[in-house]
Amino acid sequence: MATILHNTMHILVAFTLPPLLLGIINRTKALFAGRVGPPLLQPYYDLIRLFQKGSVFSTTTTWVFRAGPVVGLVTVALAVLMIPLVGSNAPISFKGDLILLAYLLGLNRFFTASAALDTGSPFEGMGAAREVTYACLAEPAFFLGLLVLARLTGSLQLAEMLGDLLAPSHWRTAGASLFLVMLSWCIVLLVENCRIPFDDPNTHLELTMIHEVMVLDHSGPAFGMILYAASLKLFLFGALIVRIAIPFATGAMWFGWPVFLGGMFVVAVAIGVLESTMARVRLTHIPTLLVTACLLSGFGILTLVR
Amino acid sequence: MNSHEQFATLRNGETIPRGQIPQLAYLAFRRVILDGVDAGQRIAALFGDNPAGTDRVDLYAVLADKSNGQLHVGMTTLDAERFCSMTPECPQAHLFEREIAEQYGVHPDGHPWFKPVRFHASYRPGHDAWGRKPGEAPIIGVTDYYRVEGDEIHEVAVGPVHAGVIEPGHFRFQCYGEQVFHLEISLGYQHRGAERTLVGGPNKRTIHTVETVAGDTTIGHATAYCQAVEALAGCVVSRRADVLRGIFLELERLANHTGDLGALAGDVGFLPTASYCGRLRGDFLNLSALICGSRFGRGMVRPGGVSFDVDDARKKLALERLESALRDVQNAAELLFNSASVQARFEGTGTVTRETAVALGLVGPAARACGVPYDVRHDFPSGIFRFARPPMAISPDGDVFSRADIRWQEIRNSVAFIRDELPAISISDGPLRAEVGPMQPDHLAVSLVEGWRGEVCHIALTDAQGRFSRYKIVDPSFHNWTGLAMSLRDQQISDFPLCNKSFNLSYCGHDL
Repeated sequence: MATILHNTMHILVAFTLPPLLLGIINRTKALFAGRVGPPLLQPYYDLIRLFQKGSVFSTTTTWVFRAGPVVGLVTVALAVLMIPLVGSNAPISFKGDLILLAYLLGLNRFFTASAALDTGSPFEGMGAAREVTYACLAEPAFFLGLLVLARLTGSLQLAEMLGDLLAPSHWRTAGASLFLVMLSWCIVLLVENCRIPFDDPNTHLELTMIHEVMVLDHSGPAFGMILYAASLKLFLFGALIVRIAIPFATGAMWFGWPVFLGGMFVVAVAIGVLESTMARVRLTHIPTLLVTACLLSGFGILTLVR
Repeated sequence: MNSHEQFATLRNGETIPRGQIPQLAYLAFRRVILDGVDAGQRIAALFGDNPAGTDRVDLYAVLADKSNGQLHVGMTTLDAERFCSMTPECPQAHLFEREIAEQYGVHPDGHPWFKPVRFHASYRPGHDAWGRKPGEAPIIGVTDYYRVEGDEIHEVAVGPVHAGVIEPGHFRFQCYGEQVFHLEISLGYQHRGAERTLVGGPNKRTIHTVETVAGDTTIGHATAYCQAVEALAGCVVSRRADVLRGIFLELERLANHTGDLGALAGDVGFLPTASYCGRLRGDFLNLSALICGSRFGRGMVRPGGVSFDVDDARKKLALERLESALRDVQNAAELLFNSASVQARFEGTGTVTRETAVALGLVGPAARACGVPYDVRHDFPSGIFRFARPPMAISPDGDVFSRADIRWQEIRNSVAFIRDELPAISISDGPLRAEVGPMQPDHLAVSLVEGWRGEVCHIALTDAQGRFSRYKIVDPSFHNWTGLAMSLRDQQISDFPLCNKSFNLSYCGHDL
């Protein structure tokens, strides 16, 4: 009974909350700029608007272009169901599901980039090239971090690796490793979700975009799926960081959910503050930052095996 | 070389009878220009004319010598449909020669980059430099673009329709991965035929046409036009009107430079400065509106003087608003210049060397950011700038940082200038607007103004009735677009929007 209730709550939060995170980020940025800013629920309105529209498909595109948004959404949606948001269980959980997560994220990227290349537009090709180049460096950082967690918890099941087994018992003994992984994943979160300093989600300048430029040709519901999937992805990485950061057990529902939601709120505000206070880095310097993320995760392992 | 053949000399805002303009043979004309440029002069204008009722093409050149503040004017009559191009020896002539070829259907032999400028039909029907038939309308943007060949080279075409609300222009990048080998800029989409509508004037429409040659340089172009008309009519403008013109010119500079700093911040994703400067630009525009009722200064500058006075109450209010706007810009700019992440993006991006800037004849902030001290207010002063002028801003590096730095320096200098000059305006300094009589027949007048983008050059030729027979406008963008193309060499394609914003050139000013 408790599991059913928990899973229902998980699904509810994971599928309805993500656009709100974008709303909070935009609000924070507006506050810093001295503006009122869009309503908190604006991302939901945008999604509703997009889903009511028709779609336009270029005649030069193939099924790959149409499959891109669908695969993109399904893969992230599945991934979100594998992360334990509170306590130590998730709706989808089995031994070795870590591997599934890795491949879901890979499949997501593969289809987004393929759909972009399918249009034949020089912009989208450029964006796809950038995306996969940076992914080459962001993925090791992410997986090295998972390695740290696997070693600490002795498990390859995400629900255990990120659940109450992890932070409460290990912050005291392996705090340095966890802290390094958290930092590294913060960088991964920013690059995976095309936030400043890596990408500017607000820009209209195609030549500078990374992720946005890949989805220029999508419209209507397909574009809505992309935006929604993007917010799910932000939620996914936010949840990973929150789960590492909270150093006490969150098994009890009445306690766990508020703490988790509070953590997500802090992540969104932090992204908003960061975006309000710094500029984008030059595209050529992005690899430097990503290598830093890899090194952070790498040192996280070193401090464990010393 | 024929050393005794030379151009006539005049100063900014002066006029010369057409009969006294030295008429040289083409080769001598070409030699004088090339020697002048070698000696450090700039080509302020080089343009053709097809006198009414004839089939011949005259070329006029105005060289600007900043060492002594003199302008040299000369002309030639082409004796064939072709002439020997100066561009191989003097790159700053390249766009002028293409313009002459396009307008009058003559061919510059040996021009290395011979393509249309604005894609319009020749002004001399039956003569076309590209051999197009009369009545065959050229399609804008259709030309043979420079191409880099190779398996790993890709071409990115941007525009003429852009993602932002900006003017249309076509940009073609030859890229090797993220690296730009070459950028080609093709404009002409905004061509309205401004110069041709001015022929036969001045009439009721003239001043409005001039004010909208480039909407953001309303004061710059209107002042240049008025100086030319006043020179031709022998009208003396009162000091009071001169001061007001100077103040409006600086207000225009303030508004645009502030907007540019904000746009530069926006392009690197630095939100605070981007949002503040957007508002502050409006504050400076509103200062113009406070005095003349138009945010862009439309209707302010008129031949003979200015249309609106500023009373003591408005002076006080304007100064208060100016100070508070400067305070806010100071905060926004310091945020921008003190932020390491912004400086990392600005420094070393889009560098134009001093040599390139001189060779291309760049003007305005784009030139001063390359360490080229060229400022019409100093080198060819007219109006109030003969007596008082803001110090010249200079920044040596030629990169985006330097161009941002120039803007911030000039913002402070312009505020200081207005602060000094505005309170001193008094009724005893003469009438607001003097009577402008008829213009002298068969004269040529040259008028230069340092608009916020750089040198605005107007040249008026009158016919036997004292009406304009040819009116030439050179917007600073005309000189500077090539500078933007050069700044992208070997840069990252993702830095193009930033470089573009740091120049912030006018499409309509170029296209006329």
